[in-house]
Amino acid sequence: MLEIEAGEKTTIRFTLNGKPVQAQAESRMQLADLLRHVLKKYGTHVGCEHGICGACTVLVDGRAVRSCLMFAAQVEGASVVTVEGLSNATGGLSELQAAFRRHHALQCGFCTPGILASATQFLQDNNAPSEHEVRDMLSGHICRCTGYTGIVEAILMTAQKRGGA
Amino acid sequence: MKSAPFKYMRPDTLEEALSVLVEHGEDVRVLAGGQSLGAMLNMRIVTPSILLDLNLLTELSWIEEVRGFLATAALVRQRDALDDATVREHIPLLAQALPHVGHYQTRNRGTLGGSVAHADPSAEIPLVLATLGGEVELRTARQIRRVKASQFFRSALVTAREPDELLTALYWPRRNPAQRSAFVEFAVREGDFAIVAVACTLDAGTLRIGFAGCGETPQIIERTGLVDLDAATIQTIAREASAGLACQSDLLGSSEYRRQLAAVLASKAMSALTRETVHA
Ligand code: FES
Ligand code: FES
Repeated sequence: MLEIEAGEKTTIRFTLNGKPVQAQAESRMQLADLLRHVLKKYGTHVGCEHGICGACTVLVDGRAVRSCLMFAAQVEGASVVTVEGLSNATGGLSELQAAFRRHHALQCGFCTPGILASATQFLQDNNAPSEHEVRDMLSGHICRCTGYTGIVEAILMTAQKRGGA
Repeated sequence: MKSAPFKYMRPDTLEEALSVLVEHGEDVRVLAGGQSLGAMLNMRIVTPSILLDLNLLTELSWIEEVRGFLATAALVRQRDALDDATVREHIPLLAQALPHVGHYQTRNRGTLGGSVAHADPSAEIPLVLATLGGEVELRTARQIRRVKASQFFRSALVTAREPDELLTALYWPRRNPAQRSAFVEFAVREGDFAIVAVACTLDAGTLRIGFAGCGETPQIIERTGLVDLDAATIQTIAREASAGLACQSDLLGSSEYRRQLAAVLASKAMSALTRETVHA
């Protein structure tokens, strides 16, 4: 049984964007803060810290989850992917990211890293989603800028391009 | 906000988890999916001295048929239950309700057992368990007991679980082939807490309607000997059922509003029952 005393730090080992990493975290540290404050991966954004806004969403073992509702110690041994790990092999925009750009799916970009994480899993689950399904998935993200239309289009077009819909 | 400091304990076996509860029961908060508890910790609504993380306990993530029930272990994720063919076959009402539970992202992590143990008055999973007449398995280091849902939910966020007990499984009565079911709710936005949620089953002339979001716990009404569920009967049942509900007022709506909404949703759910085609 792993035990971390209150206020004490422990070393967490996991895979971040395909590379093994280790970092020190206190028992109460959120995964979002481990990523941002300790590992300096500022691509993951933090809005509400109670699971509502979706800005902090990252992939843990392939699933889109709120990094503000997981504690750092919980990703021991897991594979975590943040927006920094979503670009294509040469470091350019992925197909999904390029579609976001083309369809004006972002303005300030605060919500974007989280939405990209969700959309990545979502398109793997469902290669031919309906607009309703995309909007339902997006209900877990708050975007104060775009009105969602461009985001919905970018996700639908990516599915279509991949030969789903 | 950040959680107040706590000691983090992550057992590798159920036995270890139970022994922590025997020793420290009152000071412990049990962490399953964390989609409600994580927010409560961050907001310091709860400040436990120990956080007991169950997430490594693979012995709590099975789904099995047990006599008249489909049993789901406490850590089954909402997303996995939704994808499970036996859940869809044996507890279609749960499959109908799960898309309303939180969001795509929170269902990836949130669990069935965690939602029942948390006992939020507006939560869908406790409502389905209570409407179906299901049971909750509670375990200590020394004994296992099963409590009926109707006795498990005591008031808002309060259950019959003792501090040294762990909720280890849920028992869902299996649908008999003739049963029909429907689930409807109203929330301000998709995925928000339901202001009122209604679950309903019809089986050989017995109608059960469960309401969440109205009072502190799920409220169930039953009508037997129904021959025909025509439009007039539906209206009468909806009116009578909602008149008898305990309804609370809060920022989202007054008790009168909730009662009205409960009647509307109950008649919607009953109408859906009459339209639903029975699938094997
Ligand atoms: S910061 Fe995690 S959901 Fe808003
Ligand atoms: S682009 Fe600004 S919040 Fe979505």
